Amino acid sequence: MTEALLAVGGLSRSFGGLKAVQDVSLSVKEGSLSALIGPNGAGKTTLFALMSGFLKPDAGSVRFAGQDITGREPHRNALLGMTRTFQIVKPFAAQTVRENIAVGAHLHQRGRREALAHAEAIALRVGLAPQLDKPASDLTVAGRKRLELARALATRPRLLLLDEVLAGLNPQEIAEMMPVVRGIADSGVTVLMIEHVMQAVMHLAEHVWVLAQGQLIAEGSPAQVTSDDKVVEAYLGHGTAARLRKAASGVQA
Amino acid sequence: MSSAHRQLAGIALFAVLVGCVPLVTKSGVTLNFVMMALYATLIAQAWNILGGFGGQFSFGHALFFGTGAYIQAIAQLQGGINAWVALPLAVAGAALVGLFVGALTFRYGLKDSYFALVTLAFAEVFRILALSVNFTGGGVGLMVPLRESAANLQFASRAGYLWVVLAMVVLALLVTCWLRNGRFGAYLQAVRDNEDAARAVGVNPFRVKLAAIGISAAFMGAAGAFYVQVFQYIDAGIAYGPAVSVEALVAAIVGGMGTLWGPVLGAVVLHLLSDLTRNLFGELPGINMVIYGTVLVVIVIFLPRGVAGLGLSVRQLWSAKGGRHD
Repeated sequence: MTEALLAVGGLSRSFGGLKAVQDVSLSVKEGSLSALIGPNGAGKTTLFALMSGFLKPDAGSVRFAGQDITGREPHRNALLGMTRTFQIVKPFAAQTVRENIAVGAHLHQRGRREALAHAEAIALRVGLAPQLDKPASDLTVAGRKRLELARALATRPRLLLLDEVLAGLNPQEIAEMMPVVRGIADSGVTVLMIEHVMQAVMHLAEHVWVLAQGQLIAEGSPAQVTSDDKVVEAYLGHGTAARLRKAASGVQA
Repeated sequence: MSSAHRQLAGIALFAVLVGCVPLVTKSGVTLNFVMMALYATLIAQAWNILGGFGGQFSFGHALFFGTGAYIQAIAQLQGGINAWVALPLAVAGAALVGLFVGALTFRYGLKDSYFALVTLAFAEVFRILALSVNFTGGGVGLMVPLRESAANLQFASRAGYLWVVLAMVVLALLVTCWLRNGRFGAYLQAVRDNEDAARAVGVNPFRVKLAAIGISAAFMGAAGAFYVQVFQYIDAGIAYGPAVSVEALVAAIVGGMGTLWGPVLGAVVLHLLSDLTRNLFGELPGINMVIYGTVLVVIVIFLPRGVAGLGLSVRQLWSAKGGRHD
């Protein structure tokens, strides 16, 4: 068996008295499209920050493509092939969409013309082509989410960490965005996404991890985790799983 | 023609037109005005590289100016070095001081007002040091003897100085053009607009900012060396005092930060203003500072993109008739 593309072991990080991430271990297979879900404040974004190097872990290790990258700077991880996006989008507001994407493209392309051309090709893939020459500040929320994705994609990542690219979009925009994410995974990029939109998780993800209060409480296929008692209780409160079962059996009787 | 080619053509045209001024007129007043406007352009352009493109607002660019000026003077006086040889030393010395300050401040992630304060403090520390040590001439300052000859980088007419400073400005414009059309510039602006987003896509903000402050300081050093050659005198107040720092940033902000021609426009506009008011109010001490302050406030309120953004905002007003809803 080959080594996982990303392997996280015993990762922990606290902020003061808050244990944001506790002893999390998971491994992401090359070529997979998987999801990390969990209630608000579960520590998902912190986990992403620990993986990509924006935060240093208190304990544990991160291995990427066979190298120990624990606590390594994000720009070095990007060069290795791991790029993250941000839940709160961070466009280079003063620059055009094309220039924004080109910053990502420059990672592997020194020349300005090549980077701009690559930016255009990426924009086409994520459906931003009509907006190429607009300033990033003029984009709608959906447009900014696409830009966030495009800029990361332009770095030619092996692993893409997507932090809630669907949050804040309306149902139609979500329906438009899902095939884009699917397409990226189909092109050979390994994708790990944090997502609240369950419809997307059920449709897209092959494997799901569930994080609650900083700890992994379940993993498996989308169908498996959504029927897991611990997961139901993490979202809906203690004892809910039993009550729901009782209610369901009451209906049947 | 790509935008880079258009900009290069613009720079070439600028160089030829301004370079021809001494051939057209022998008026000392005109030549002096053009020379001083170019000198103001040079320091504005230098500040613009770090402040406009890198978003690091230095309030102490005099630090690099003064270092260049002192090296230029001391190399000639105490080292007996030819002025033309001293010039690259002054530039390199200023760049080194820039790298040193940058390494300290950027290593610890200082930005915004903290960065401004630290640069201001560094300039003040250097001013006080320059006042208290011997080799800078202390409070008396340093006087470079007058030996007019092109070989000594001293000219009988303003024309010679004008060409020298024009060459420096053109070099600064070429660097700015490279910033607007190359990878390093794209990285620098990305760090300015959002450092975390830049890091996520593989940009090392520390290295990018460090290079920017080095380049910016080098041009400030050239301006300092030029000042010494023109006025043959430097003291701690001129070298490290706040006047130069303020002039650099005001001209860049008034003209338009992060643009190619903004600092040129800003420097010329401010220079016209201060010359006009000097004629109106006489040599009232500090009057130019009062004017700079007023102009800065007005520009920041009404033209946040500077004079260079004026054309742009008119166009936007025109097209905004339809109204955006956000």
